Amino acid sequence: MSGLDELEANALNEVAAAADAAALDAMRVRYLGKKGLLTQQLKQLGGLPAAERPAAGQAINRIKQQLQQAIEARGLELQSAALDAQLAGDTIDVSLPGRGAPSGGLHPVTRTLRRIERLFTPLGFSVAEGPEIEDDYHNFEALNIPAHHPARAMHDTFYFDAHTLLRTHTSPVQVRVMEQRKPPLRIIAPGRVYRCDSDLTHTPMFHQVEGLLVDENVSFANLKSVLDEFLHLFFERDDLAVRFRPSYFPFTEPSAEVDIQCVMCAGKGCRVCGQSGWLEVLGCGMVHPNVFQYAGIDNERYTGYAFGMGVERLAMLRYGVNDLRLFFENDLNFLTQFN
Amino acid sequence: MKFSEKWLREWVDPPVSTEGLVEQLTMAGLEVDSVEPVAAGLEGLVVGEVLTVEAHPDADKLRVCQVAAGQDEPLQIVCGAPNVCAGGKYPLALIGARLPGDFKIKKSRLRGVESLGMLCSARELGLSDAHEGLMELPAEASAGQDLQALLNLDDTLIEIDLTPNRGDCLGIEGVAREVGTLTRCPVNALVVETVPETVTDSLAIDVQAPQACPRYLGRVIRGIDPQATTPLWMQERLRRSGLRSIDPVVDVTNYVLLELGQPMHAFDLAQLAGGIQVRFAKQDEQLILLDERELTLDTETLVIADHEKPLAIAGVMGGIHSGVQAGTVDLFLECAYFKPEVIAGRARQYAMHTDSSHRFERGVDPQLQVRALQRATQLLLEIVGGQAGPVVEVAAADYLPQHAPISLRTERIQRVLGMLPEAAEVSDILERLGMQVTATGAGWQVIPPSFRFDVALEADLIEEVGRVYGYDKLPSQPLSGALDIQPVPETEVSIEAISDLLVARGYQEAITYSFVDPELQVTLNPEMKPIPLANPISSEMAQMRTSLWPGLLKAVIYNLNRQQSRLRLFEHGLRFYSQGNKTCQDHVISGVGVGTRAPEHWDGQAAPADFYDLRADVEAILSLAGRSTACQFVAAVHPALHPGQSALIRCAGTDAGWLGKIHPSIANQLDLDPQTFLFELEYAPIRHGELMRFREISRFPSIRRDLAVVVDAGVQAAALKSTVSEAAGELLKEIVIFDIYQGKGVETGRKSVAFGLILQDSSRTLTDEEVEAVVTGVIESLRGTFQATLRE
Repeated sequence: MSGLDELEANALNEVAAAADAAALDAMRVRYLGKKGLLTQQLKQLGGLPAAERPAAGQAINRIKQQLQQAIEARGLELQSAALDAQLAGDTIDVSLPGRGAPSGGLHPVTRTLRRIERLFTPLGFSVAEGPEIEDDYHNFEALNIPAHHPARAMHDTFYFDAHTLLRTHTSPVQVRVMEQRKPPLRIIAPGRVYRCDSDLTHTPMFHQVEGLLVDENVSFANLKSVLDEFLHLFFERDDLAVRFRPSYFPFTEPSAEVDIQCVMCAGKGCRVCGQSGWLEVLGCGMVHPNVFQYAGIDNERYTGYAFGMGVERLAMLRYGVNDLRLFFENDLNFLTQFN
Repeated sequence: MKFSEKWLREWVDPPVSTEGLVEQLTMAGLEVDSVEPVAAGLEGLVVGEVLTVEAHPDADKLRVCQVAAGQDEPLQIVCGAPNVCAGGKYPLALIGARLPGDFKIKKSRLRGVESLGMLCSARELGLSDAHEGLMELPAEASAGQDLQALLNLDDTLIEIDLTPNRGDCLGIEGVAREVGTLTRCPVNALVVETVPETVTDSLAIDVQAPQACPRYLGRVIRGIDPQATTPLWMQERLRRSGLRSIDPVVDVTNYVLLELGQPMHAFDLAQLAGGIQVRFAKQDEQLILLDERELTLDTETLVIADHEKPLAIAGVMGGIHSGVQAGTVDLFLECAYFKPEVIAGRARQYAMHTDSSHRFERGVDPQLQVRALQRATQLLLEIVGGQAGPVVEVAAADYLPQHAPISLRTERIQRVLGMLPEAAEVSDILERLGMQVTATGAGWQVIPPSFRFDVALEADLIEEVGRVYGYDKLPSQPLSGALDIQPVPETEVSIEAISDLLVARGYQEAITYSFVDPELQVTLNPEMKPIPLANPISSEMAQMRTSLWPGLLKAVIYNLNRQQSRLRLFEHGLRFYSQGNKTCQDHVISGVGVGTRAPEHWDGQAAPADFYDLRADVEAILSLAGRSTACQFVAAVHPALHPGQSALIRCAGTDAGWLGKIHPSIANQLDLDPQTFLFELEYAPIRHGELMRFREISRFPSIRRDLAVVVDAGVQAAALKSTVSEAAGELLKEIVIFDIYQGKGVETGRKSVAFGLILQDSSRTLTDEEVEAVVTGVIESLRGTFQATLRE
């Protein structure tokens, strides 16, 4: 049966040589199709002596099975190679940048305002707002700053007429809130304020956040605690030294300015802190009885504290910005640094 | 208030260093602004006495001087100062001396003549800015004497930034009192002796406005020496407090101002006609001040006048004609208490802030005048001689400030400060501050001293107790109390949410000034009535913005000029305008987009952004409030915008803002990219949305039918959609416009609009007949309304 052996050998060689699925299929038809070479061998079995038939039949079937397995295996091999080739062709440069416009960003003043708000709102402070074109009464009079009070000179006010002005601080919002709501009160009032002053360290517009808490039994000790904690959390510095220094604001008494250890030089003295090692960051105090009186709040029953901070100043210290005026130039090279 | 530390230590000398003293003052609310040595970097200076002055052989402006400096031989010094003269005594920097700025004196030759040192001006010594020539030293100085010892230069200048409530510390006596209180050190009170009256001359004083001037003292001093000079010690103290020496009489009044905090004024008696009147000015009375300014006065201005004319603005500044002049021999010396509210406004009204007005408007001790007048007289007699007449005092006790007793309750101290110092400590602090303290059942009864204008209420006393006790020693105690849960209105769209959305869509937030250039404003928004500032900081910032566009466009221009070509900026904030006599302040959100849809990319060129890109951004904002379907973009004309590419945004029947391309002529005028798009939305109409309501989801398939109709080119998509919706009825779920075509195959002036109708019922699958009926109805309706034809 050397003919059969040769057929087997040839067929297996052809399986191995099939370069693609089509060649493999053609080869399969040639051997295993209805008129295929191996099929013909089976058909010829009838011509053999009956005694040889079983052995010959077995041999042919064995070859047929073997060939089928080889073809299947080769088929999988070819499929896998084809997939590999396709994948190789599909490869891209994943290091190239993505498509579409990137996100923008918030202004650093807004970032800072939000940070301040987020530190106070969990304590029950809600955000209050007020007009920027204010009247003399809310900006000064009701804050215990009567006409001709020397403190007015420190405010460099922008006026529209004798009674209308751009608010010089966010404190009038506390007056408006006290007029409209009854204690207990916990508010913070962020916003734009204006002073008629423009030089290296002053812009005619800047931002403040005012805070006001009125309740029974609120003390200066509570004020110290809340601001001390706020400053540590704002700057995320446990070791930040904070000091309360007596000062004067007509609408609070006792009044204090709050200094932190200079964050630029760690209190050693530098240009930013004027060599003092301290930076003034806040003004605060207990609400002045006259302010309560203007607002119609019972002085004896309630006490309260108020504080105000400059947002640009805190942003400068937090991010190391060295020029106040950058905040309002809106240069993308500056703004995108905070994205 | 700036003063010499040595002067202060003559009054009170606590055993602390300069640093310790400064720290204590700052921590007691008298914030020290600066501490600097009187003479920094001086070394090797002596008194030089010029013996002879000769012309320099080779230089017109130089002199060759022989100068005695306490050595065996005089030194030859070449000097260029015009005021050098034989017999004069000047600071002399010897060879090896150091001047400020680490300037070392060496032997030198000036135009061939040897110079063995340098005669110095006050400026060269770093003592003042005066550069009028050599600093002249007093005749009693001796040649070779150490200059630092002579001038007391081993001293420190301390400047405190006083808050407006502490007018009592605007004199060295007040600062000394405060230091004494803080350090528990005795203060060497200045004993002022009564000067004997040696002439009887006096001037009648008529105080016509006693409520404004409750106390006025005056005295005549006759026969002063017009040649007298101010002693060096006094000149130095004045200089160290920032005052220039003028003439001995003015110097004495200024000295008393610095020493006791009492402003005074000296008139030339010869210039006064009749007596003194203290009265309000007559309307339009004229006065020429010491600084030669001519003022026209009004009836609210308190003046000191004689019987003919106003002489001075009370408490602010004297007039030029009645002041002390070079030949003055007879004086009228004034020392008064003016009410703060009378002086306050005036200095500002006439733009004159003087050392005098600064003190009177904060409050001068109303009990100080007799003592101050005696002190000034005593100093004058010592320095310029003369004979003092009797003191004439006019006082109106009813108008003098009175300190009523204040009750201070222990309970209240505890409540306000959060702690209570020992009772003995409280009364000790108050007594050290000069208060009269009486214990009562509830606490104390306190009468403040006459110099403490700022103490009138219990709260003022509590502050004093806290301040002197030390804020750093007060406790820190977290507040405990009921916390109410805060409302969270779900349908309210916050500015934060809008900002975050715009940031996510690629916008950078800007913050621009609220005041803008009126010219730009009138170009962009001529129809809104702007609000001008009365005192703008510059003409480019003279009006409140009626829109955020002027500021944003300026920011665009700023960045375009700095190599940026693609920008998306937004800002939110108030815009301001007048409506009738009402001032409107509306919160708005505005944006601007310039340049391509996306940044430059390796994948190819991005298309320029257009109206629809920014419209998508605006729609995204509107959809935050769940309002995108309730809002319409209506073609309308805005002066700043391209008339064919601008839309008025209407939300639920209210005008809510604008979107559009910048008007080409404005783009041209401002040198802007004409492909600049702007939007501005008012916050109020989009702030509140509606709470979402669940709708049943249909489980039956939807069916889509596409149609293309040809209509006039001017027909707007929104009109088309609304007609389609109405005709299609309830089965219509959505209309999608997927193609707009004009050109070949469509008549000129017409356009083809292709859209898909998506139909669905919630309870069953639609039949072909139902769908066909809807489509036919839609086509009929479009034909009737827009003369639409079906495009095959």
